[in-house]
Amino acid sequence: MGYTLNFAVVWANLPKLLGGLLLGLELALASLAIGTLIGLVGGFLSVGASRAGRLLAGTYVAVVRNTPILVIVLMLYFALPDLGIQLEKVPSFITALSLYSGAYLTEVFRAGLIGVPKGLIEAGKAIGLTRFGIALHVIMPVMLRNVLPALGSTFISLFKDTSIAAAIAVPELTFQARRINVESFRVVEAWSVASAFYIATCFVIASALRGLERRFPKF
Amino acid sequence: MDDFLSEAWAARDVIVGGLVQTLSISAVSILLGTLLGLMVGVCLVYGAWPLRLTARAYSDIMRGTPVLVLVLAAFYMPSVVGLRLAPFSAGVLALTLFCGAHIGELVRGALQTIPRGQTEAAKAIGLTFLGVLTYVLLPQALRGLLPPWINTCVEMVKASTLLSVIGVGELLLRTQEIIGRNFLTLQFYLLAGGLYLVINFAIEQAGKALERRVAFR
Repeated sequence: MGYTLNFAVVWANLPKLLGGLLLGLELALASLAIGTLIGLVGGFLSVGASRAGRLLAGTYVAVVRNTPILVIVLMLYFALPDLGIQLEKVPSFITALSLYSGAYLTEVFRAGLIGVPKGLIEAGKAIGLTRFGIALHVIMPVMLRNVLPALGSTFISLFKDTSIAAAIAVPELTFQARRINVESFRVVEAWSVASAFYIATCFVIASALRGLERRFPKF
Repeated sequence: MDDFLSEAWAARDVIVGGLVQTLSISAVSILLGTLLGLMVGVCLVYGAWPLRLTARAYSDIMRGTPVLVLVLAAFYMPSVVGLRLAPFSAGVLALTLFCGAHIGELVRGALQTIPRGQTEAAKAIGLTFLGVLTYVLLPQALRGLLPPWINTCVEMVKASTLLSVIGVGELLLRTQEIIGRNFLTLQFYLLAGGLYLVINFAIEQAGKALERRVAFR
């Protein structure tokens, strides 16, 4: 053995670790927001009447879900400049994670849209709402409530995926933990604290979501 | 384009080598992870409380931590207790632990959906606990487990790319090395992405074929 635990270096770096955690949360939130927009469009397309739209949404989902997120991240950061599109690290990572989450959220919203009872849509028609009005006032509220649990678990896995930003040197939690590890060789301390931070954050998010689900009872 | 084709042809052995490495990493960690997951799942549902608590803690820690952190921790940590793990073994260890936790939860869910009457009937005809498990519960649970298990396989192939970070020469790291030589960044990343797509698509299709075979008729 010959290894004694010494958390001094980790505590000294606590502000950086917490900053990294916060950055990870911001990355996940931004990607969730953009991914939700993509997912909504994809979801409506995939249950829509247009064949081309369904094909487009289906292809997008199949391609992105079967490609590793690390490949997408590296491709956007290192290969896009070849096409003349140069993005900073953080925007590039958010773009990658948004595209990635958009595919999963397309599936989530598709399932949510299918789950909206037909009677509600017919009732919307009966009171004279337009197609857009039905989508906005009838389908969306019911669907959003139904997909809340799935949306929450997507957010949690997005938050965990932000660790991959370390691969392009975005200074989030994993990057900071690795830096402590390499600089001080406090290996066990660095990784156990980083892991504990991730677990605690996931737990807090999950509890908050359960609260939100109780606050808005299922339709 | 000609550039790319000749470079890709020149690098064919490297790419195939990386592909083989990716497939073996995925296969080994899925296999070991599934075995581990079966044990974890059974412990979660039928274990005595110390066992159940251990399995719960293991599963929650593994599922709450990003895979990349698990991979890095498995790579750096063993050395401080005097263990020497090659990057390949460290990576496979991390992926196996991750896979085991996820499959453990799948098994737990599948076991919990089986009606109590099944266990009671099995006990009534005198089966031991192991007998109940192997002849009555698992055969029913495994059928429902197949679709999410296939999904987990795809996730594991995708997660194997993270081993490039600790220097395992799988497909992504080989691709990066090739790009380092010829600077055809976009082309070779697209090639790697395409290869992953093909692998995962094949797994999905094989899974669907398997599902049709074992479906209730």
